[in-house]
Amino acid sequence: MKIILNIWRQKNATSAGKMVRYEMPNVSEHMSFLEMIDVLNEELTKKGEDPVAFEHDCREGICGCCGFMIDGIPHGPQRGTTVCQLHMRHYKDGDEVWLEPFRAKAFPVIKDLMVDRSAFDRIISSGGYISINTGSAPDGNNLPVIKKCSDQAMDSASCIGCGACVASCPNASASLFVSAKITHLGQLPQGQAERDRRAMRMVLKMTEEGFGYCTNTGECEAVCPKGIKIENIARMHRDYIKASVLYREESKAGGAG
Amino acid sequence: MSSVAVPGGLQRPATFYQSVVGKKVVMAATGFVLCGFIMGHMIGNLQLFQGAEKLNHYAELLQSLGGALWLIRGVLLGCVLLHIFSAYQLWRIKAEARPEAYVRKATIATSYAARTMIWSGPIVGAFLVYHILHFTTGQALGSAFIKGDVYHNVIAGFSNPAAALFYIVANVLLAMHLYHGVWSMFQSLGVNHPRYTPILKTVAKIYGWAIGIGNVAMPLAVLTQVVK
Repeated sequence: MKIILNIWRQKNATSAGKMVRYEMPNVSEHMSFLEMIDVLNEELTKKGEDPVAFEHDCREGICGCCGFMIDGIPHGPQRGTTVCQLHMRHYKDGDEVWLEPFRAKAFPVIKDLMVDRSAFDRIISSGGYISINTGSAPDGNNLPVIKKCSDQAMDSASCIGCGACVASCPNASASLFVSAKITHLGQLPQGQAERDRRAMRMVLKMTEEGFGYCTNTGECEAVCPKGIKIENIARMHRDYIKASVLYREESKAGGAG
Repeated sequence: MSSVAVPGGLQRPATFYQSVVGKKVVMAATGFVLCGFIMGHMIGNLQLFQGAEKLNHYAELLQSLGGALWLIRGVLLGCVLLHIFSAYQLWRIKAEARPEAYVRKATIATSYAARTMIWSGPIVGAFLVYHILHFTTGQALGSAFIKGDVYHNVIAGFSNPAAALFYIVANVLLAMHLYHGVWSMFQSLGVNHPRYTPILKTVAKIYGWAIGIGNVAMPLAVLTQVVK
């Protein structure tokens, strides 16, 4: 089938980009969406043109690398999947699609459809961890975890950090991502010791990185390939409010008595 | 290892407000107070349908509160100003957070009311100023304003079709603002639970509709001469 692609081409972070039209006359319905771009890139390379830069790695929806806007929706029209899980059988002959990078001040475009999402890494390193002594693995079940808590923690931990939530949000807010990480650790016993500090630091870091705020539109939840719920955002607000009142930095005396 | 320091003491409220979450919490908390007022204000004013004596007596009762009335007014004014101030700052942050707009952007989940908060808000704000000048201080009503005779003022005010129309438009927008805002407020304050959230969402929609219908009914009734 024939597919018309309008792709955002941008040489580098500082240059201006524009939409460029490509016609793909022989697209197989068995191709994945990314394979179609692979084919386009081969043709472009043969013609001596610059191939379209896009990010991808596992191509099975678990790594969080891929992701761009397809017709104004992050990861495209299929719900609960990443771009790499989208197949051409969902399109019909003559369809025209528009591809753009995720857009946010905190996600600067590197090239074409590729954006720099290291702002997410900086938010994680500001508080998205637990401090433990590493060593031999602890015995299984030596720390009991309530089923409903482990379920919520696991559901939140399924966030792959792709950035679709930021891309779809009318305010370019990272609330869904940050709240998923806060919930993931905050629902487990190991995460309690640093829970207040984590909420304070991650929320402040998210603001500092230039992400917007949450207006509770639910747009992020609708496009999240992992089905992360905005219930987490309310939990992040709760943790942040509580931490703002109760959190204290460690004392210099360090509990010497 | 973190570059984000969290100060304590008196700096803490400033730090709290510095984040986008803090600003939203302030917006939600002030919104909570204001939507409580809006319901009370509407229920009180619906006494318009019970005649002049009843409505004017209610007005007298409010005036007799004296110092307490000014305290309430002070709190409400404070909430309005904080609500507007945080909204303005968040609006600026929004403008900066996505410097380059999408060529194509689809909307999947956002309601019309949610999309238009930034428009319904300022228009309702402008209406609020007019409303106070109209029925509280009287400048907008001119020589027709009689202090204390609320019933007369309302009839005189709404007999002007332009004024009545502005009230109707502004209150439809207010209802839309609440339609999204009331549930959003709970979410921003951290209230979300699978058991209560569906109920809260329904309550918020009913709240928006109730305010819209109640407040539009008054100018409409005077305009159509149901109330004279």
